[in-house]
Amino acid sequence: MAVTTENLPSGEQERPIGFGRLKRKEDARFIRGKGNYLDDIRLPGMLHAAILRSPYAHAKINSIDTSAALAHPNVAAVITAKDLETLGLAWMPTISYDTQAVLAGDKVRFQGQEVACVIATDEYSARDALALIEVDYDPLPAVVNARKALDPDAPLIRDDKQGQLDNLASPTWEAGDEEAADRVFAEADVVVEQDMIYPRCHPAPLETCGMIADFNPQTGQLDIYNGNQAPHAHRTVYAHVAGLAEHMIRIRCNDIGGGFGNKVPVYPGYVCAIAGSIVAGRPVKWIEDRSENLMSTGFARDYVMHGAICAKDGRITGLKVDVIADHGAFDSTAQPTKFPAGFFHICCGSYALEAAHVKVKAVYTNKAPGGVAYRCSFRITEAVYLVERMVGALAMEMGVDPIELRMRSFIAPEQFPYETTTGWTFDSGDYANTMRVAMEIAGYDELRREQAEKRARGELMGIGVAFFTEGVGAGPRKHMDILGLSMNDGADLRIHPSGKAVVSLSCQTQGQGHETTFAQIVAEELGIPPEDVEVRHGDTDKSPYGLGTYGSRSTPVSGGAVAIVSRKVRDKARLIAATMLETRPEDLAWEKGRWYVKGDPEQGVLIEQIAARAYSGEPLPEGYEGGLDAQVIYDPPNLTYPYGAYIAVVDIDPETAAVKVRRFIAVDDCGVRINPMIVDGQIHGGIAEGIGIALMEVITFDEEGNCLNGSFMDYLIPTALECPDFELGATVTPCPHHPLGAKGVGESPNVGTPPAIVAAVIDALHETHGVTHIDMPCTPARVWAAMQGRPEPPQ
Amino acid sequence: MSVQITVNINGEDVTREEEPRKLLVHFIRETPGLTGTHWGCDTSNCGACVVLMDGKPVKSCTVLAAMAQGHQIRTVESLERDGRLDPVQQGFHELHALQCGFCTPGMMMTARALLDANPDPSEAEIRTAISGGICRCTGYKNIVAAIRWAAEHPATVEQEA
Ligand code: FES
Ligand code: FES
Repeated sequence: MAVTTENLPSGEQERPIGFGRLKRKEDARFIRGKGNYLDDIRLPGMLHAAILRSPYAHAKINSIDTSAALAHPNVAAVITAKDLETLGLAWMPTISYDTQAVLAGDKVRFQGQEVACVIATDEYSARDALALIEVDYDPLPAVVNARKALDPDAPLIRDDKQGQLDNLASPTWEAGDEEAADRVFAEADVVVEQDMIYPRCHPAPLETCGMIADFNPQTGQLDIYNGNQAPHAHRTVYAHVAGLAEHMIRIRCNDIGGGFGNKVPVYPGYVCAIAGSIVAGRPVKWIEDRSENLMSTGFARDYVMHGAICAKDGRITGLKVDVIADHGAFDSTAQPTKFPAGFFHICCGSYALEAAHVKVKAVYTNKAPGGVAYRCSFRITEAVYLVERMVGALAMEMGVDPIELRMRSFIAPEQFPYETTTGWTFDSGDYANTMRVAMEIAGYDELRREQAEKRARGELMGIGVAFFTEGVGAGPRKHMDILGLSMNDGADLRIHPSGKAVVSLSCQTQGQGHETTFAQIVAEELGIPPEDVEVRHGDTDKSPYGLGTYGSRSTPVSGGAVAIVSRKVRDKARLIAATMLETRPEDLAWEKGRWYVKGDPEQGVLIEQIAARAYSGEPLPEGYEGGLDAQVIYDPPNLTYPYGAYIAVVDIDPETAAVKVRRFIAVDDCGVRINPMIVDGQIHGGIAEGIGIALMEVITFDEEGNCLNGSFMDYLIPTALECPDFELGATVTPCPHHPLGAKGVGESPNVGTPPAIVAAVIDALHETHGVTHIDMPCTPARVWAAMQGRPEPPQ
Repeated sequence: MSVQITVNINGEDVTREEEPRKLLVHFIRETPGLTGTHWGCDTSNCGACVVLMDGKPVKSCTVLAAMAQGHQIRTVESLERDGRLDPVQQGFHELHALQCGFCTPGMMMTARALLDANPDPSEAEIRTAISGGICRCTGYKNIVAAIRWAAEHPATVEQEA
């Protein structure tokens, strides 16, 4: 059934208990300027750290002289690799089983790499003292282009790794069936091939990364304040890295000014803050500036791709992909262990292909490490971009409308659960329906007429289409772990005697509205008003273990956990209710907030009455311990597979080549929507970031490895003027295996938006200028070059 | 070297010994209770630090504290008065114009200045007014709508959030 946001079951009406549009609980502090972000915290006696960074992309370090910095009156300590070696902290593990230098000792391997750390009484002095440190470097030739990283004469970057003789970061990883794919290609009517790059970009949350570390030498307790997306996993890593007892480490995240994947990894600055606090015996705050954020912390994408796609009898039948992943100087990509290319092999897209084959190999270059998922479930953004560009190119070659080709090739509703040729089991969907809703909102046929008229007048208008299927909510324990930690999440629910509740979660909000959404889940399941449900998260001492918020995991995994823990409490409440009503549990029926006697609905007890009884001196069921609470760890049986149809309308100025996104239509199917207002908000934000990636956001380097986009002057983020008034629609296909039927949504818009916009740009220029492909970002300079038939300037 | 700097913030004089190079954003944030003004970039691009100086929006990362001496500074903490929310605050809450909340103080102060100067702005005027700031979370759609809401409810003061 097609539904728009207006007639969704939970729609716009305000519903106090359970699912529906509910204004956010967390707003109260934020609109008053009373959030509690990292930099708002000041501990007594706190010192400030600043980090000296390499000006070179690749250079040998001959010597580091810190004496002048140490003589600065406000400097307490200067830390270099030598000092870290004595603490055993010179190198740290990455989340991909590589090692990364905390501070460079032998040589620097990317511009912006951490070389020394100053601890001073205030931030101004700490930064002043950086200029007093003398480092003697011998510059080395740098590897910048991933395609040349494996050339025989390429300088070796990772000479620290035993047995590493070239710049291969991880060997070729394959999915699908190569022979079958070759056969399908041999039988095809049409084959199209295309080189493309998903350029390096950066999540750049508005709040940069940082940490306060507070080590107490008397007790051995390490208190950490740090906005990160996975506090429990970070604590485990620090226990291993610093050799501290895990139970003596406490991480508190408080409020986080956005994450988008950037706050998943452990960064050298964090280890420096911890080391600084151990050395100084006082709390140490380190907060990076914007340039440090853009130049050294987790970038995203940087996939150099070659795709081939084919069709037979008018339908898409096969896909082959060959990828070089540029990991930078250290492999710190964020992926589940068994998936070195993340979920890239979901690149068969939403289509019933006969065969596909995917190869990915990764190289080291002299660039910042990262490969985090910028609002993305482990490389699905790259996968969807690849397949949607290939489908667009194929439609162009075949001379069919891009929607028509998709409609002919979609997986049909009756094929679900659908086993893809690269090994995914898609849960549910009605793709053609969602595509049609998008066409209706867009007025697709009318747009094509308008485009033809404009073309006749010499105006450049383009319509771009993208359809995506994502796999989110990693993931099942048997397939997915990070550093050996299963990708499960816990929930702990306590109902107090007054009927108010506290639910503690292992996932961590960075603006997604967890305090509201998760309270709504408890409200829906137990009938306790959301304002009476306190959601606790981000404090490792006060929440159960779990892997955190990224890969759109919160609703698929923690949402499942909260639903199940609420149901456990409901079952316990039933036992108590039976005692209170002097009947058997099986004779009771549930309605929201109340157990009552079947056939005699007047006879019932409310959840708060049951809670009061659970803690009272009155009799309880035989064998019942007392109290009303429960804990669970949720191990999802499968990923969830949200999908969506996006249509972009762009106008290109023929004289300046500036691209203006005039309209953007997004129809998402993320299953059941707990709070449609929050879901829409996630989609708005993801579209804006997608527009940024398609048109503006890119991290580039010159031939010497100098980063050219190290500030917001050069790393351009869309403002209100680059974003149109997005037009959203929705279809609802519940997830069959999720306890609430929900699928997750936060990243979908960032997956679907870039290919839609790039397709629109190409569509605007294809007939008049013969353009068949443009790599992102579609800046005026690059679009202008494409219009002239010249090679586009490098990204 | 340090100098004595007095800045009037939200109607109260704040006096401290500071280095002359101290940025206004840091001066404000180091005043107890006033961490609502945020910092997000090094280059005057993000607008997280916007406060009002004599009623005009300024990026407080690009003003020295010493330059604010003798001027009236208003920060996000001044929007709520006697337990009554400013319509801009209420509008942001009503229409989900904030997610992580980091850009929100700057956006709201920019909106307040816009509405003081132009009580009935068009969508295009609102977009232009807030284009000096970055929001990484909301895609601006709901921020624009919230500012329109505030324009349409100039007297809404009942405290809800
Ligand atoms: S901090 Fe970014 S503009 Fe002031
Ligand atoms: S709400 Fe997060 S940056 Fe605007």
